[in-house]
Amino acid sequence: MSVERNTKIRLTHVSKKFANRKNGPRLVLEDINLEVGENEFLVLLGAGQVGKTVLLDLIAGLDTDYQGEISFVDRERKISDMGIVFQRYALFPWKTVLENVEMNQKFRGMEKKERLEKAKAYLKLVGLEGFENHYPHQISGGMKQRTAIARAFAGESDILLLDEPFGALDAQTRYQMEEELLRIWQEEKRTVIFVTNNIEEAIFLGDRILLLEGSPARIKKEYIPQLERPRSYTDQGFLKLRNTIANDFTLVL
Amino acid sequence: MKKSGKHWGGKILLGCVGLGLFLSLWQLLMATGVISERTMSTPWQVLQTFLEKLSSRDPDGATVQEHFLSSFQLAMAGFFTAMAVGIPMGLVMGYFRTARRFLNPIFEIVRPIPPIAWIPIVILFLGIGMPAKVFIVFVAAFVPCVINSYTGVKLTNPVYIQAAKTMGAGHLRIFTKVCIPSAIPMVFTGIRISLGASWSTLVAAEMLASTNGLGYMIQMGRAIIRPDIIVVGMLVIGCTGALMSFVLGCVERHIAPWRRDSL
Repeated sequence: MSVERNTKIRLTHVSKKFANRKNGPRLVLEDINLEVGENEFLVLLGAGQVGKTVLLDLIAGLDTDYQGEISFVDRERKISDMGIVFQRYALFPWKTVLENVEMNQKFRGMEKKERLEKAKAYLKLVGLEGFENHYPHQISGGMKQRTAIARAFAGESDILLLDEPFGALDAQTRYQMEEELLRIWQEEKRTVIFVTNNIEEAIFLGDRILLLEGSPARIKKEYIPQLERPRSYTDQGFLKLRNTIANDFTLVL
Repeated sequence: MKKSGKHWGGKILLGCVGLGLFLSLWQLLMATGVISERTMSTPWQVLQTFLEKLSSRDPDGATVQEHFLSSFQLAMAGFFTAMAVGIPMGLVMGYFRTARRFLNPIFEIVRPIPPIAWIPIVILFLGIGMPAKVFIVFVAAFVPCVINSYTGVKLTNPVYIQAAKTMGAGHLRIFTKVCIPSAIPMVFTGIRISLGASWSTLVAAEMLASTNGLGYMIQMGRAIIRPDIIVVGMLVIGCTGALMSFVLGCVERHIAPWRRDSL
């Protein structure tokens, strides 16, 4: 299962402080060191409020105020060189499903005809054919999240960052979306960093799982699920790993 | 949201019952002498006066349509100018810090001055003709246009801006493609307030200094003690305002279809 990969993203001694007038600066992330391999599916697992989103924003370049070094091994990258799926979809409510996906290439300056084709192809990939002309408020949470994923993919960046994308979905839709995401990832290989607070989700998806804990948050543990894909929630190995992680979780809490 | 025809019928019926009750109460208070006939007319008299005023220029020199048209033109002239200047100004102030710092002090000082307080100085400068009244309406309608457009841009969900950044949008396109569309509902709130403000300020201006218009007609009604004429004037103002609000709602649903179901 563990294949040697070229390193794609490297974080060395990354720390993040938030200025706070009353109590002085608050350290949120301390000495984060990690490497993400090419086409790896990395899961950042941690409880709510631990600083997962903060870390993802740093990697994405949305927040540039930090200590340490974040480097992309292959080339320099701007914010727009990564696809991001936000926690709360972040679809433009004034745009239809198709227009939302199209926006990604529109902002990059692609011709109308070409970007339309692309948008339609990615909507097909996430199974949203026939919903092109719906507005976000007319579709379900799961469909919104599919649209957001299609939009992120449409940017055709080789790195994809997902911030608790399925957190707001009901369990049933969540399982379905997890399978869907894996299918897309296997079809269109990308380097993925997936943030979640859900242990099962982490094991189901990740090539590798990093447990982020404490205040300030550090990387406490690394797990590499030795499980064949597609993984099953009821598999012995799955449950064993689930218990291991759950125990580590409670130890620190 | 689909409403069945039956539902709509019920809504209209209920509205009519409310209106009917109000008119009956009015008639009843007059008939029992709680309100004296000298100070108020019955609904019936008001309707008769209205029909009469459609063709008669007595006693205030113009038919009700002429008064209405004169008022309406002024209000619209001031209102549209205010939108044309105020909305872009508010949007730009909301997004560009330099523009905000430059314009905000002037705006903050002008904002609290009630439009009616402009009347004396405007009369000195422009007299009591059309330009004076258009200007006063402009002032009244301008302020809500600016404030709401400004707030609309300011309240743009930061996640939308981040999302646009990850798609490679620059500052200008974030402004035009993200902040402005997301501000549209607030802009319409501003327009709605502006519309009301322009209409009411105009009538006030006409009551103070004018030779025609609905405000003038009302003022004349008071001078010669004709409550029926006053009430006709008031009702024409009220109905026009309600109608304009309705039209504006239709325009908004057309321009901002993504809010159609959430309105």
